[in-house]
Amino acid sequence: MKSDIELITSEGKRLDGRGPEDIRKIKIEAGVLHRADGSCYLEWGGNKVLVAVYGPREAVPRHTQNPLRAIVQARYNMAAFSVEDRKRPGPDRRSVEISKVISEALEKVILTEQFPRATVNVNIEVLDAEAGTRCAGLTAAGVALIDAGIPMRDIPVAIAAGKINGQVVLDLGKEEDNFGDADLPVAISPRTGEVLLLQMDGHLTVDEFNQAFDLAVKGCHAVSEIQKKAVMHKYQAIAAEVQE
Amino acid sequence: MTIVPIIKRDYITNLGAQGKRIDGRSFDQYRTIEIETKVVNKAEGSARVKIGNTQVLVGIKMGLGEPFPDTPNMGVLSTAAELVPLASPDFESGPPREDAIELARVVDRGVRESKVVDVEKLVVTPGELVWLVFIDIHVLDYDGNLFDAASLGALAALSTTIVPAKRFEEQLPEGYQKEDFPLPMSEPPISCTAVKINDFVLFDPCFDEEVIADVRLTVATDHNGDIRAMQKGLSGSFSKDEIQKVIKGALDNGKEIRKKLIEITSS
Repeated sequence: MKSDIELITSEGKRLDGRGPEDIRKIKIEAGVLHRADGSCYLEWGGNKVLVAVYGPREAVPRHTQNPLRAIVQARYNMAAFSVEDRKRPGPDRRSVEISKVISEALEKVILTEQFPRATVNVNIEVLDAEAGTRCAGLTAAGVALIDAGIPMRDIPVAIAAGKINGQVVLDLGKEEDNFGDADLPVAISPRTGEVLLLQMDGHLTVDEFNQAFDLAVKGCHAVSEIQKKAVMHKYQAIAAEVQE
Repeated sequence: MTIVPIIKRDYITNLGAQGKRIDGRSFDQYRTIEIETKVVNKAEGSARVKIGNTQVLVGIKMGLGEPFPDTPNMGVLSTAAELVPLASPDFESGPPREDAIELARVVDRGVRESKVVDVEKLVVTPGELVWLVFIDIHVLDYDGNLFDAASLGALAALSTTIVPAKRFEEQLPEGYQKEDFPLPMSEPPISCTAVKINDFVLFDPCFDEEVIADVRLTVATDHNGDIRAMQKGLSGSFSKDEIQKVIKGALDNGKEIRKKLIEITSS
């Protein structure tokens, strides 16, 4: 959708005061739920996301099992009250698609071959939404999987880059997502640089794509550091408790 | 799920015979209750309630719509509960099943029948346009006693709800107020739940107590000490004496919980 709204000034200042390469404020906490095997609460700008991981456990119904490896079932769900106009509870086409691409992204990093016939359930609940929920969900899922002790090659991480008023920027906010020119969510394995999730809508030239992609990868590495800190924080707190 | 509950049952009933519970509480004692309001920016009202490890998030969304034909002079209340698979290894995705529907209906009854929301003040044009209030209960962590957590969450969320008149300005007729205003509310009833295991009556059951419970009773009481809603659940039975014991415990605990709720929502 095109609009005449000025999303970024000629000095490169965005509506919320950020510069083109600035990420919104991110807060991550690991191990916040009692029943889940692993969990994570994440705030990213105005987004609030809670993720619980269950498993590896037997996949049911049985025909979903893979005799050679575990399957990964992510379920992205938005709370009815997380958006401006109440969303009807339950899965819609959008959330089914997001669940699928997130499942596939996570499957690449989880050592699924260690758990034949099992499933790893990753439940992503969006409690408050403000652009970039799939990236927030996937980033939180990475931390929750670590918290659940699921063996992984790397901690997956995601962020979106995009284009607003013809300029490439990192981590689109709400108005930028609605009225910008393009949105490019990217998830990577930060250790290897492998791309785990990639979607794009809008309009980018090849040069702009390259610029946006590089910016997203850079952003992923920055968010990755926050993820690691959250995991370290939890275990440091436990270590301190044990020492007492 | 058959062998473990037998072992648990022995453990819990042996403790019960000594007047003890697995987490050290007395029979009529609640776990620590925490209430946090205005936790979701997109919602018109919201609250996160923790009872021990049980955690529930309730959000209120509002809209405009037609009233029901039989109540043209009342706003519309609607309650839904989602037992999302995040909250327990036993919850599955899919359309709400009977336990989610029972939970939503019990909360709905507590809110509706107690008239805690003044729906008559939610009419824009009688018979044509009224405010719709959607109460959505999102269970985040299930360690027993969802009924009390969800009811308390709904009340706390409702009492912080601001009617978004400004956002719906264009749909509102001339002369109707266009400034946001707080949802008209009266004194809340408080729900308290107890279960019976053998002949012990335990308030605020945790998950381990709830899975082996024979029967459950929820009693909602108001600030006058009167009963506003009840719901018996599970296949066991109560005697009249036991019911009176539950009512007494519900009144005592309800008083404390009401104090806490008013303290938090009025600050």
